[in-house]
Formats: sequence, structure tokens, C-alpha cells
Amino acid sequence: MTDPARAAAEAAARASYGRLVAWLAARTRDVAAAEDALADAFAAALRTWPARGVPDRPEAWLLTTARRNLGHAARHRLVRAAAAPTLHLLATAAQDRDEAGAFPDERLKLLFVCAHPAIDPAMHTPLMLQSVLGLDAARIAAAFVVAPAAMGQRLVRAKAKIRDAGIRFAVPGPADLPARLAPVLDAVYAAFGTAWDAPPRGEEPGGPAANLGEEAIWLARLIASLLPEEPEALGLLALLLHCQARQPARRDAAGFVPLSAQDPALWSAPLIAEAEAALLRACALGRIGRFQLEAAIQSAHAGRARGAAVDWVGSGGRAVRGAAGRRPHAGRTRRPRRRGGRGGGRAGRPRPAGQHRERRILSALVGGAGASAGPAGAARRGAVRLRAGRPAGARPGGADVPAGAGRGGDVSGEDLGWRGQNSPPATRAANTAAAPPSTPAPSASAPTRVTTETEASTMAICSAPTTPSNRW
Amino acid sequence: MRYMMMFFIHPDDTAKRRDPVQAGPYSGAWTAYVGTLRAAGVFVDGNGLRPADTASVVRLRDGRRQVQDGPYADTKDELGGYVVMDVPDLDTALEWAAKCPALPLGAVEVRPVMTAPAVVEPAAIESAAAPLAAARLAGE
Repeated sequence: MTDPARAAAEAAARASYGRLVAWLAARTRDVAAAEDALADAFAAALRTWPARGVPDRPEAWLLTTARRNLGHAARHRLVRAAAAPTLHLLATAAQDRDEAGAFPDERLKLLFVCAHPAIDPAMHTPLMLQSVLGLDAARIAAAFVVAPAAMGQRLVRAKAKIRDAGIRFAVPGPADLPARLAPVLDAVYAAFGTAWDAPPRGEEPGGPAANLGEEAIWLARLIASLLPEEPEALGLLALLLHCQARQPARRDAAGFVPLSAQDPALWSAPLIAEAEAALLRACALGRIGRFQLEAAIQSAHAGRARGAAVDWVGSGGRAVRGAAGRRPHAGRTRRPRRRGGRGGGRAGRPRPAGQHRERRILSALVGGAGASAGPAGAARRGAVRLRAGRPAGARPGGADVPAGAGRGGDVSGEDLGWRGQNSPPATRAANTAAAPPSTPAPSASAPTRVTTETEASTMAICSAPTTPSNRW
Repeated sequence: MRYMMMFFIHPDDTAKRRDPVQAGPYSGAWTAYVGTLRAAGVFVDGNGLRPADTASVVRLRDGRRQVQDGPYADTKDELGGYVVMDVPDLDTALEWAAKCPALPLGAVEVRPVMTAPAVVEPAAIESAAAPLAAARLAGE
């Protein structure tokens, strides 16, 4: 096998796998059959391209071959009624022929199918990873700490349900879009979460989970590009990019490095820039949401890379009552600090101009929110407080904290206006469990992997994240 | 595709069926609902069922027929009727189901009707995806 042929097949696989599967599945409603046909097409490519040369348009070649494979499969079950969608595909193939060069992108439909309410929520992320990105069941299983055979079975069942229940391949209408988009974004966030808790690359050679963070960002970029008018899609992208930007600084030879001790010089400037751009675009759309708020908090921390102080105490100089995490010396972290300084600026220092940018983002977010009560109102009040100069870290950016951890140490709920009757249930529960504001949370109540209580308290600012560890 | 909606009726709604005052409006809601389904051209078949205390369950034990009083599943919500409809996809079926009068209190189970023998064997996912994933990884 010649290298150019394999390289071309690999390039096509990487660039177009999801698009090809989505195109085929949207016409047959059968994700598994589409994947099968496409796998056969790739196999055929690796057989024929070395001998006959790589076609001008590899994707078109693969699409034609895969469609032919679907046709062969359908002929084997001609008598069966459910072959109808495939036969329809063949019947319409002629009019689609021109599309082969630039066939329409159906990946958004596929994403909505993967996160359809009729599909077990635990399978949303695995389905996306497999059907859109082409990851194999073994790698997905490893990321979710499930036996490969079990994950393979669940994927087969989920795809059978998509086909047999007749789930619609369509982008939801404007009325349904917010409700339907949320699980799509949650699923991508969950994929990122698996990578977050996984050992870093190199620690566990070939560790399958390490790379899922990049896959999640790839999906977030894709969704943001396909739905450029959806601020939460942009918010999620900004959040993931901010977190990813700090990956190089999260660990050192001795292990975990808390956010406050990280060296901002190690953060990825391009990723931060991309995150900020996405967040600014999201703000401009004027509809606030959970991911935008979390990204805005990350953005405030990222300001440290430009020398902006993270104001842990509050603009008025008033120490936040009971904010153990914000007074780093009260209720010290259980792990020894490995670095001398706390990194960025501390309260009392003059605030450099760089911080104004975070203010602007938060301000824009707040401006876009309604003045109503309810979660949005609570979020708005939270952002107002943040704008008033008390930014904080949010999960998962701040610490290597498992999902659901750290709520016992919440002190920021009150400061951020979450404590009202209108706070979301998850947050309300977190607040109920919180220590009284005047008492720093005893470290015994803190989860074992919480490294600084700053992280613990700030995590509670945001609503409970949907992450794999509490969903699987 | 054909879907069957199975309406599981809450005890409060079941009580309405027996109440001389409420029975009229209650059954009227169902008549209107089925009328809407017919008008939309999706109604294939359907009926209400007599209350669960009229049910009999038949089993075969050691080759002998056993008949018992009562519904098969003795739950609070009882199966009160069904409709088979023909709609393009599950999402349309769910939209119709969401409008049925069983819903504020009860539940609707929506299932595709098997109109032909099972069609496709579930594909071997691993074998399908493995080479591609390998290709992706190799390229990185």
C-alpha cells in the first residue's frame, strides 16, 4: 500500500467522516447502516486507490461507494418494508448526483439525533463521539470506564432505537431549539469532562481518554460554526477553550497545580484569544445562559495572563464573608503548595487596565439578560455581582475537581445572588448544604480531590454541571 | 411509519369516566382528540377500553389454562385505550401524543408498530468504526 493512498484515505476520514455518515444517515435514518457502508467504502479505498490512484474528489468517491454499499445491503432485504428509506435513497440518487462534490452538511441533524430525548441521556455523548467523529467503541468505553463490549452493545442498541423508533433527522424548529440544543451542548461538555479527570497524556501511555478534550472542542467548534446565532453554543466553545488553554499549567512534576498557583505564561494564548472572541460574539447576541456565564468567569481568570489581577476579595476591599477559598490562608488546602507565589495579583493591588475587558464581557452579558426572576434573573444578579468586581473560578477550569464535588464549601451563593427562592434547584440544594457564610467550610467536609477551597466555593457559583461522573 | 399510542389513565381520570357529571366532558375531550387525528389523516385505528376491572388475564401453567381476574399489570395508571396512527417519524408521533387528554395526569407510551419482520441485523459497530478510528489516530 502506498503512502499517498493511505494518507488520502486518512485525510478524508478525518475531514469528512462525520459529514459522510450524517449525509447517509439523514437519508436512511439508519446510523449503523451508514457507518457500515462507509467503513466498507474506506476499505475499498485502501484497496483500490494505491493501484488506480487517488481520485480527484476522495469524498465524492467515498460517498458514491458507500451509497452503492447501502444499495447492495438493501437488495438483500428487498422484501422487507423497512428497506424503503434505502430504496428511496437509491431512487433519489440521480438527482443528488451533483451534490457529490459539495454534498450538504447534515452533521447538525446527526448531533440532534444523538441527543434526542428518546435516547438514553447516558448514550448522547458516546453516540456523538462514534457517529460524528468515528471513534471506536473501545476508546469511548475507556473514557467512560465501561467494558468495551458493554459500550459496543449500548451503542448498537441506541442506533437500533434511532432506526426502529423512526427518530426524525432534522434540526429542530425555533420553538424547540433551546430545549433540544441544551442536551447537545451537555453531551459535548460531558465529553470534555471525561478528559478533564483523566490522567494527562504521557502518564498513562496511550491513555484513551486524554484526547477526548480535543474531540470535545472539535465538536464545540463544529456546533458553534453550524449555529452561529446561538450564544450558548459559542459560550460552550469559549468555556472549553479557556479550560483547555490552561492544560499545560495544570500539572507539574509534583502533580496537580491549583489555578491560583498556575504560571499564566504556560497558558495557551491562541486558545484564550479564540475563547474571548467566541464569548464576545455570544454576548453580542444578547441572550445569557449557563455556559456563557461560566465562560465569562473563566475569562476573568484568563485576564491574569495579561497581568490583570484576579480580585479575590472584592472591589470595595471588603473581605467576602466566609469565603474561605478567597482567603487562601484560612482553611488551607490539604495538598502542600508547590509553588511559592499565588501567581496573579491579589486584592489591594491597583487593578490594571486589562481587567476592563472582562468587565466589558460581563457587562454585555448582563445587559442582554432580562430583569425577570427565575434562573435567568439569578444568573443576572450573579453576573452583576461579578461585574462589581468579584470574579471567581468556575468548574471545570479552576481545579482538578470531580463532578459534584465541592458544593459543601459553597460560600459564594449568597454573594452571587443565587440563594434566593428563584435559584435553580441544583444550586438551591448546594446552598442548603453550604456552611453558614461566617464559618469557613471545614476541610473534612470537602471532597478529597478538592485542592483549594477557592475552587470548591467557586464551583458552586455555577449550576451543577452535567458531567459524566454524575451521569454514568 | 405506524405508531401505537397506549394511553395510561390516572385514577382521577378513571373516576371521571364513572361520574355521571364528568363523564360527558371527559369523553368529549377524547372524541375531539380522535377527531383531530382523523382530520389530520394520521388516524389508522383505535379504541377506548373498558375499565381495568373488566379485564381477565389468561396464562398457561403446566399445559393448563389459568384465567385470572384483573389487568396484567396492576398499576395505578391503567391502560385505557390505544390509537394506531401513521406519521412520518417519531417526533411527529410524540407531538400528537403530547396533545392527548390522558396527559395532564397519566402517560402515553408511543411504540413503532412492527409492520414487517425485523429488518436489519444490528451492525457490528466495532468492526465498522475501528479502521476509521485507527486512521484518524494515525493521522494525528
